[in-house]
Amino acid sequence: MQTFLEFEKPIQNIIEQIEKLKEVAALGAVDVQPTLRDLEKKLADTRTEIYANLSPWERVQVSRHPDRPYTLKYIEAITDGTFVEVHGDRTVKDDKAMVGGFGLVKGRTVMFVGQQKGINTKMRQYRNFGMANPEGYRKALRLMKLAEKFNKPVVTIIDTPGAFPGLEAEERGQGEAIARNLFEMMRLRVPVICVVIGEGASGGALGIGIGDKVLMLENTWYSVISPESCSSILWRSWDYKAQAAQALKLTAKDMLANKLIDGIIPEPVGGAHADVEGACRNVKAEVVKWLEKLAKTDPDKLVERRIKKFCEMGVVEKAKPTPKAKS
Amino acid sequence: MGWFTRTKEGITTSTEEKKETPEGLWYKCPECDEIVTSEDHENNLWVCPKCEHHEKIGSDEYFALLFDDQRYTELGADLVAGDPLGFVDTKPYKERLAKSRQGSGLNDALRAAEGKLDKRTVVISCMDFRFIGGSMGSVVGEKIAIAADQAMKRKCPLVIISKSGGARMMEAGFSLMQMAKTSAKLTQLAAKRLPYISVLTDPTTGGVTASFAMLGDLNIAEPKALIGFAGPRVVKETIGTDLPKGFQTSEFVLEHGFLDLIVHRKDLKAKLSQFITFFQS
Ligand SMILES: [Zn+2]
Repeated sequence: MQTFLEFEKPIQNIIEQIEKLKEVAALGAVDVQPTLRDLEKKLADTRTEIYANLSPWERVQVSRHPDRPYTLKYIEAITDGTFVEVHGDRTVKDDKAMVGGFGLVKGRTVMFVGQQKGINTKMRQYRNFGMANPEGYRKALRLMKLAEKFNKPVVTIIDTPGAFPGLEAEERGQGEAIARNLFEMMRLRVPVICVVIGEGASGGALGIGIGDKVLMLENTWYSVISPESCSSILWRSWDYKAQAAQALKLTAKDMLANKLIDGIIPEPVGGAHADVEGACRNVKAEVVKWLEKLAKTDPDKLVERRIKKFCEMGVVEKAKPTPKAKS
Repeated sequence: MGWFTRTKEGITTSTEEKKETPEGLWYKCPECDEIVTSEDHENNLWVCPKCEHHEKIGSDEYFALLFDDQRYTELGADLVAGDPLGFVDTKPYKERLAKSRQGSGLNDALRAAEGKLDKRTVVISCMDFRFIGGSMGSVVGEKIAIAADQAMKRKCPLVIISKSGGARMMEAGFSLMQMAKTSAKLTQLAAKRLPYISVLTDPTTGGVTASFAMLGDLNIAEPKALIGFAGPRVVKETIGTDLPKGFQTSEFVLEHGFLDLIVHRKDLKAKLSQFITFFQS
């Protein structure tokens, strides 16, 4: 069963018509081919039109579409099935919301880490909805340091509604775990490529998001807070999520315009969920391209440029004159 | 970069205290209801004499408390927030900024300064909760960068006093990336083997906890401060039961291994001085 978002209803209607027509065709007698061709063209046009005009809030919904490929799907595709997952942070446990391991890309070893969402109700629980605990961030760091030791590049795949805000997460230092990753990733002496494939929520996303190339798939979002939480805090109501999504400038296009990311990976028309193989191909092509480009960069240069890039982020102005304290 | 010289004379009155007592004469401790005169409270560094509740104070007070002779040179004092996203919620961000600047007399939620602490040069950055909840936007990130650069220039220690509700939502992606930017500057400081002491005060949460506040060579905190990544309300909603007593206090965070020491405000300068001695002797 495919899932359709509210604004995808016209697409759903055409797909249902096509299916009905195919049933009719199966009975024989009638030649449905001309009508089928028309419908398929209409489907392509409708998809193109709807997806060309998505609002930020609609894009947020696409980023969470249950039929979208998740992290392991992309890793499998990028490594042509050579990926071997490894586990554990060597301290507390293995966090199922964060996956990691080695794979081969064009014959070269690459370390992958990323948040993993579940593909069905049971797995969503198992994966904690892609919300990592501190041990997830520490596992990711352990693997990235391992990659550095053996001079292997790192690819991180970001897809999380946030770091898990649980009691044990606080006990085990969620803040420290994320902070440590920012610090260590910043000075990692191997190339790091980060790809946001779905949700890039706040510190939970940034915790594996410090890279030489930070890329976003076309229909993803990346910001300091989800539109829902932003609505509830700033508007004191859950009803302003669309306005919040607009105000946060959280789309790939806005993030690139503000120089907060380095590039956008296009999705197939109708979103990654409409053509999973196509989405995987696009991600693989970009990752391979950047791995090759960065492979020869001197580690000192790599780290220096990475630090410089993040240090240039921000907009400040100069006040004139300094305000006087109210007495 | 603008250099502002500002010499302080005496400890100024904290705004929190004024709020507590509109008539300005008495302070009632929110923890134990003890009532003291505002003057006694101030003389006790805004710490309740009965239960040692550390009232929130601002950068003026900390700078006066820590710098020798209350003399210091402020860094990047003229920096103010831009509004790169043209952010509007129930009111425009520009308006919030103007109102906050007017009400607090501050340019943003963090000030940085260079001065002497027991005769040794230090750079201290201190957050001001009064300015939009001590939230971290581009100015906070830039001033921490300036402070770290100054510490590297002087080859001296950096101290950052955190007091923050977390990210500045109205700067969205820019705010998020200040976590990266401040961490990046700290890697440069670390590469030069210059000490960074993080002082966590009530409250230190969200993106500040998940970046520079937890990255000290030493992490020290004032007693009973709220320190955490997720806010207590969010954690409570997640687990669906009441939070254990003392959850996310300095004492709790120390017990779980993320703080080196809890220091009473009256001992803060002496302890910082001692640690600087350990790093430099
Ligand atoms: Zn008290």
